Amino acid sequence: MAPETMIQLRDLWRTYEVGGRPLHALREICEQIASGEHVAIMGPSGSGKSTLLNLIGCLDQPTGGSYVLNGREVATLTEDELADIRRNLIGFVFQSYHLIPRLTANGNVELPMVFAGLPRAERHERASAALEAVGMLERAGHRPDQLSGGELQRTAIARAIVMGPQLLLADEPTGNLDSKSGQQVLQLLDGLNDRGLTLIMVTHDPGVARRADRIITLVDGRIVSRMKGSAMGDINPYIGAVDSGAGTGELD
Amino acid sequence: MTFFEVLRFATAALRGHGLRTGLSMLGVGIGVAAVVMLTGLGEGARRYVTDQFASLGTNILIIIPGKNETTGGLPGIGGVPNDLTIDDAATVLRTVRSVDTLSPVAMGTETVSYRSRSRDVMVVGATSEMQQVRGIVVRSGSFLPPGDWKRGAPVAVMGKGIAQELFPGQDPVGKVVRVGDFRTRVIGVMAPRGVSLGIDFDDIVIIPVATSMRLFNRNSLFRVLIKLDPLADSEVAKADIMATLIERHDGEEDFTLITQDAVMSAFSQIFAALTAALAGIAAISLSVAGIGIMNVMLVAVSERTHEIGLLKAVGARRRQILVAFLTEAVLLSGAGGVLGLGAAWIAMQALAATYPAVDVTPPTWAVLAAVGVSLVVGAVFGVLPARNATRLDPIAALRS
Ligand SMILES: Nc1ncnc2c1ncn2[C@@H]1O[C@H](COP(=O)(O)OP(=O)(O)OP(=O)(O)O)[C@@H](O)[C@H]1O
Ligand SMILES: [Mg+2]
Repeated sequence: MAPETMIQLRDLWRTYEVGGRPLHALREICEQIASGEHVAIMGPSGSGKSTLLNLIGCLDQPTGGSYVLNGREVATLTEDELADIRRNLIGFVFQSYHLIPRLTANGNVELPMVFAGLPRAERHERASAALEAVGMLERAGHRPDQLSGGELQRTAIARAIVMGPQLLLADEPTGNLDSKSGQQVLQLLDGLNDRGLTLIMVTHDPGVARRADRIITLVDGRIVSRMKGSAMGDINPYIGAVDSGAGTGELD
Repeated sequence: MTFFEVLRFATAALRGHGLRTGLSMLGVGIGVAAVVMLTGLGEGARRYVTDQFASLGTNILIIIPGKNETTGGLPGIGGVPNDLTIDDAATVLRTVRSVDTLSPVAMGTETVSYRSRSRDVMVVGATSEMQQVRGIVVRSGSFLPPGDWKRGAPVAVMGKGIAQELFPGQDPVGKVVRVGDFRTRVIGVMAPRGVSLGIDFDDIVIIPVATSMRLFNRNSLFRVLIKLDPLADSEVAKADIMATLIERHDGEEDFTLITQDAVMSAFSQIFAALTAALAGIAAISLSVAGIGIMNVMLVAVSERTHEIGLLKAVGARRRQILVAFLTEAVLLSGAGGVLGLGAAWIAMQALAATYPAVDVTPPTWAVLAAVGVSLVVGAVFGVLPARNATRLDPIAALRS
């Protein structure tokens, strides 16, 4: 039985207007991601990885094409429906964390649950569990300005998973972590993925990408290659994609 | 999301930006305090004057020498005004039936001294009737004795304050003091009364009117204070007094007869204008405060557009965000308002302790307007810019 399609992107464009001229951050993106899949997005800086992740996370709207999430066309959803999807369905780890400076790590992790209307005791319990999972429980009372880069990143991950999302979007979630805590976080995410969470991760690290079921490589806003995670050797994926086309069309 | 949660979120946001919160609360507070205190002062002054007149009783008439012309010319041009004399006053008392009693009044400043102590005080020339007309209470000794108004005995009645100053720890009754060049015997000391109608009764010396006119070297009285029969029609009384005096002054109306009502309404108008002016100043301070709140809120929202983006990204609905910002704004301006009211209250308590005679309670409308305006301005300018921010896609708000 083929797994259910969760994300269906058809001819997706995201065009910015810069200095009166169009800048295509994403072009002709066609992609299908099944429920429970683990996908890594790679590509050089400025290739549109974050833009794509934002669109999938319903944080941004495409300028062209169609995005169907769990069978519903996102463009037709109301503001409140989008809010509900972001709250209940999607967890998002931002490249630059986006923690609220005046709230403690615990307060930041509790934030989605505050707006979900969960009672205080339950919020506290779940926030503690999430912080513990990323090894941040001892730092729960610290504000962002009292945390290191890696601690900020782990707090952001805790916030993203605390609502128990079906889909986790992570923009370089291990970029600031040393290899030990990076491994910890990856194991945590793998574990969630094993239990059915759909995981889409932007990364520059081939070692991280290799753990994914599939690797999608973007260059200049286009998908230039798709390959199995296990196919990722020690080759530089960008050079591979651009120069020789090696590894393209592995799937489909 | 319960109201309590919203409140917690809003207070945390306010506490998280302590300096900004403090400054904007100060702005609102100053605005509210200014409105409340200024209108309170204006109202207090008006009430004070009104009460002063009301305490006179409703049946007081005052004759002033000279005509207060409102159309052209200086008073007295076209005929030198006759003096207002003791005889004029005596005639009015004798002939006008509705006059209960009256007292001629002369006034001047003289040096009053006893041995080495001396003071410049207001010396009032009056008659024994003055006691009844102005309701004077004598604490020790007696008031001016009745008798021939033109005789002018060398006696004096003192206010409490001047008595204490010239005779510390002693009863001045029976002592001889100098009033100007005259030696007079103190026959009484008045009970403390304070300021009434612009005269500090604690700080005057009353001597017989005839004595005072010799002392001041004057022929005309300063005033005649008339107390009407309580049952008399004041319009009839006025006409009778007019007729009597005009006849005595060779057909000339060279005096002014004012009723207490007229004075009171004149003062009321002045003070209504004053209150309006103060309210205007207050309104300006309130708008300044309002613009202050507005600015703070605008800055707060543009600074926090990022936060709004994040709240949207973690799934907050637009309404929830707006309610949170509204709550925050109302809390902020409400707290500022309470702060202002508290400051105004303290200031007014201090004022009341210093000047017990003046009641500086602000009018209710001013308090309500001050608090209302600050709340509304806070709410509107807390929510309007936040509303724009919630319209953005989360990522656009996060980028700003
Ligand atoms: N709001 C915007 N306005 C204009 N151009 C934008 C905007 N956001 C992104 N871009 C452009 O779109 C392109 C893709 O940006 P994106 O952030 O998706 O890159 P990325 O692949 O995530 O890069 P990195 O690895 O550095 O994070 C870039 O050229 C960027 O300049
Ligand atoms: Mg990026």
